[in-house]
Amino acid sequence: MISTQAAEVHVHRDDVGSRMGMWLFLFTELLLFGGMFILYSVYRFTYAEEFHRAAKELNTVVGAFNTAILLTSSLTMVFSIIAIQRDQKSLSLLMQALTILLGLFFMVNKYFEWTSKFHHGIYPGSDELLSRSSGEILFFGLYYVMTGLHGIHVLVGMILIAIMSRFTIKDLITHDNYVRLENIGLYWHLVDIIWIFLFPLFYLIT
Amino acid sequence: MDKHETSAEHSHGYGIYILVWLALLSLTAITVAVAGIDIGRFTVATALLIACFKSFLVLNIFMHLKSESRSFRVFVGVAIFFLAISFILLFADYSFQ
Repeated sequence: MISTQAAEVHVHRDDVGSRMGMWLFLFTELLLFGGMFILYSVYRFTYAEEFHRAAKELNTVVGAFNTAILLTSSLTMVFSIIAIQRDQKSLSLLMQALTILLGLFFMVNKYFEWTSKFHHGIYPGSDELLSRSSGEILFFGLYYVMTGLHGIHVLVGMILIAIMSRFTIKDLITHDNYVRLENIGLYWHLVDIIWIFLFPLFYLIT
Repeated sequence: MDKHETSAEHSHGYGIYILVWLALLSLTAITVAVAGIDIGRFTVATALLIACFKSFLVLNIFMHLKSESRSFRVFVGVAIFFLAISFILLFADYSFQ
């Protein structure tokens, strides 16, 4: 096998260890967001009625659309790895570019969503928001912090994929050495998973 | 070498991933549809259950946990277990106050 020959050349390579390191990092991310989900669940338990009222103001269609975008970007991410495994460099680059583009779509939607909220006077510390009940203030506080932190993760992911594209162009990522692309893929999927939970918890409270 | 063979194992066709992607999209649609029906406290439970199943699919197929060695699955299991403990202990305390 080609991969066996490569192993003899790259003596200091440990792909499994590399991926394990990435997973360990992802666990810290899990705890970061996990802590926020705990905060969310306690406040939702305490202020069920207010959370229900506040969540009605979020646009479910935009939220569902963004979910679809992110799920699709996960698919293109996987495709970029399969392509590089099959030594189809340009296809892999195309898929990486598509993933970045879908991430950008997600952020553009988020931008419009947030600015429309700003126009309605709903942002942390605004008079409009502070005049409401404490449950609603908490809901929007959590909404901005959690989707904001998630948005930063999407942005970081896009930058990382762009760096991977550069590595691919320079042949630092090849069909028998692509663990870096795999690791960024793992990160991208985790960001996707976090959104899978954020979406129903913020947009779909009935 | 073992480590490279595990990498090579990840190489499947495109088909399975498209299937999983379609499943994820359908589950999102189901979540939205179910949210419209008022089934009381089960609404949240259903949404979270579907979200858990979607995460399971992403972890196993997209993140290749299924084809990784056992230690990866044990690690992920432990991480989720500790997160679950924090939720369970917190609510065990909080809901009876």
